[in-house]
Amino acid sequence: MRLKDLVGLSVGALRAQRLRSLLTALGIAVGVAAVVLLTSIGEGVHRFVLAEFTQFGTNLLAVVPGKTATFGVSGGIISTVRPLSLSDAAALARINGVVGAVPVVQGNALVQAARRGRRAFVFGVGPEAPAVWKINVTTGQFLPADDQGSARAFVVLGSKLRDELFGRENPLGQRIRVGGDRYRVIGVMASKGQFLGFDLDDAVYLPAAKALELFNRESLMEIDLLYEPNASLDRLVADVKRLLISRHGHEDFTIITQKQMLDVLSSILNVLTLAVGALGGISLLVGGVGVLTIMTIAVSERTAEIGLLRALGAEKGQIVKLFLGEAVVLAGIGGLAGLVLGVGLAQILTTIVPAMPVRTSWGYVVVGELLALVVGLAAGVLPARRAAELDPLEALRAE
Amino acid sequence: MIRLEAIRREFQVGGEPVHALNGVSLTVERGEYLSIMGPSGSGKSTLLHIIGLLDRPTAGRYWLAGRNVTGLSDQERALIRREKIGFVFQLFHLVPRLTAAQNIELPLTLDGLPPEKRTDRVQSILAAYGLAARARHLPNQLSGGERQRVAIARAAVTRPEILLADEPTGNLDRASGREVIELLERLNHEGLTLILVTHDPELGSRARCRLQMRDGCLLADGEAR
Ligand SMILES: Nc1ncnc2c1ncn2[C@@H]1O[C@H](COP(=O)(O)OP(=O)(O)O)[C@@H](O)[C@H]1O
Ligand SMILES: [Mg+2]
Repeated sequence: MRLKDLVGLSVGALRAQRLRSLLTALGIAVGVAAVVLLTSIGEGVHRFVLAEFTQFGTNLLAVVPGKTATFGVSGGIISTVRPLSLSDAAALARINGVVGAVPVVQGNALVQAARRGRRAFVFGVGPEAPAVWKINVTTGQFLPADDQGSARAFVVLGSKLRDELFGRENPLGQRIRVGGDRYRVIGVMASKGQFLGFDLDDAVYLPAAKALELFNRESLMEIDLLYEPNASLDRLVADVKRLLISRHGHEDFTIITQKQMLDVLSSILNVLTLAVGALGGISLLVGGVGVLTIMTIAVSERTAEIGLLRALGAEKGQIVKLFLGEAVVLAGIGGLAGLVLGVGLAQILTTIVPAMPVRTSWGYVVVGELLALVVGLAAGVLPARRAAELDPLEALRAE
Repeated sequence: MIRLEAIRREFQVGGEPVHALNGVSLTVERGEYLSIMGPSGSGKSTLLHIIGLLDRPTAGRYWLAGRNVTGLSDQERALIRREKIGFVFQLFHLVPRLTAAQNIELPLTLDGLPPEKRTDRVQSILAAYGLAARARHLPNQLSGGERQRVAIARAAVTRPEILLADEPTGNLDRASGREVIELLERLNHEGLTLILVTHDPELGSRARCRLQMRDGCLLADGEAR
C-alpha cells in the first residue's frame, strides 16, 4: 500500500465521523497548545533572564576572594585568605588582553543632601567602571583616574537618586554626605533601569578606597575585568590565576567568567522550560487517551470491514497500518490545530501582557507536533493490533 | 486447479464438537463452473471459506494450482487470496463511506498499484458492468443488484483465477439476481473458475457441474465426480 493511499483512506474514515473526529482531535490540540504556550513562556523567561545578565557585556570575568571548596582538599593545609586589594586590581589591569579592571565594594548607606536624605546602593568602584559595565554619564564626569590610595572624595549619582535628592536643581558641585563622610558631586549617570528587581539608578558611585573605609572592610568584594573580544579566555584565566598566586602565595580566590555563569544559568533555565513543557505534555496524554477510546470504538464498529479487507487479501500488517495511520493522522491534525492555537495564544498574551516575556521557540513547536504524532502512534497501537488479530471469518460475520 | 482431500472442519460449540465438514474430497478444473447446493447448515459456506483460504481445515489436505497450501502461514494465505481469489458475499460487504469506484479500487489500492493504472482498470470495469453512471455513488445510494455488481467488479478487478460466490443472489429479487448470475457466468466464459453456493435449485442447475451437500458431506448430482 502506498503512503499517500494510506493517508487518503485514513482521512476518509475520519471524515465519515466528522464530529467525533473533531472532538478527539481537539483533545490533542489542547495538549499541544499547552505544550507550545508553556514552553513559549519558559523560553521567554529564559531570554529575559539572559538579557538581564548580558546587558553589562559578555566579555567579563570576575575575581572574588576565597576559594570555593572542591573535592579532595586535604585537611592538612590551613590556608589564610589574603584580602583582594586595590593593588591586585591595578596589577590585573596590566595583563595583556585586559581592557579594564574595576575593583568593587558594594553596600548600602544613607545619602544626605542639603535638604533631603535617602538610603541608596553604594558602589565603590574604579574610574573604569563605565567602560567595563557599559554604563554612561549624562552630565559632568565619572570618577577621575586618581591614584586609588589617595582618591579624592568625589561621587557620581544614579539618575533616580539625583532626582530624589536635588529635584530640578543642578547637582554638579554640590556637597553631600554618604554614611557621614563628605563628598562632592561631579557627575550623574544615565538611567540603566532595573536589574532583577534592583533599581540601579537609585545608587551612588564613589572611589573603592573610600568605600572600603566606609564599610570598614579590608578586602574588595570583587574585581571585574573586561577583556578584548578576541582574547583567549583560557589564556586570560590562566594569566589571572598565575598573577594572583604570585601575589598571594597560593590560590585563595575564585575566578568566575561571565560565559561560565551564562552557561550554567542557561542550562538551569532549559531544564525549567522542559519541566513546564512536560506539564503541558500531561494534557497531551489525556488527549491520547481520547484517541485510544475512539480507535477502539472504530475497530469494533468496522469489524465487518476488517473481515472484508482480509478476504481481499490484506495482511495483518496492512490492517495495523490502516488503523495506526488513522490514529496518527487524527493526532497529527489535532497537533497542527494545537500549534496554531498555542502560537496564537502566545501572541495574544504578548499583546495583552507586554511585561510577560513570551517567546515561541520553533524547536519546541516541532517537538510539540512530533509529540502529538507519537501520542497518536502509541494510542493507535492497541486498537490496531486488536483489529489485525481478529479472525477474518468472525469479522466478516459481524454486521 | 483445486484439489481437496478428506477435508474435515470441526467447530467447538459449548464444548460440543460440530462437524461442519465430514471428509470432503473434491477436484475442480481450471475454468470450471461449479455450483454447490444444499440446505442451510450443510457446510457450504465453510467449504467455500476453506477453498478461499479464509479458514483452515481441522484435517485433510488442499492443493491449489499444484501447490500444497494446507499449512501456509497467515501472510502467505493473504498473498494467495490477493492474487488468485475473488469473493462475492450474500451481504455485498461494500465499505459504506467509499463510492462505488473507490470500493472497486480498494483491492488494487491495498496491492500498491500506481494510481493511473488503478483508475484505468476501474473505469473500464465500471463501463463493462454498466455502472459508469454510478461510479460516484455511495453504496446506500445503489439498488441491491447494483451493489452486488459493484462487489463482483471489486472481486474481478484484480483478475483472479477463482471466483467464490456465497449465495450472491440471496438478498436480491429475481430480476437483479438473474443479472448478477449472468455477470458471474460471463466472467466464467472469460476463463475464471467459478464456484457458486446457492440453495436455489433453479440457479444451481445452470452450472456445468453441480454438487449437493448434506451434513458436511458432498453428494454427487448430475455429472458427479
Ligand atoms: N464459526 C462457527 N462456529 C461454530 N459453528 C459454526 C461456525 N461456522 C459454521 N458453523 C456450523 O457449521 C455448520 C455448517 O455451517 P455453514 O458452512 O455456514 O452452512 P451453510 O453455509 O451450508 O448454511 C453449521 O452447523 C454451523 O452452525
Ligand atoms: Mg452459508
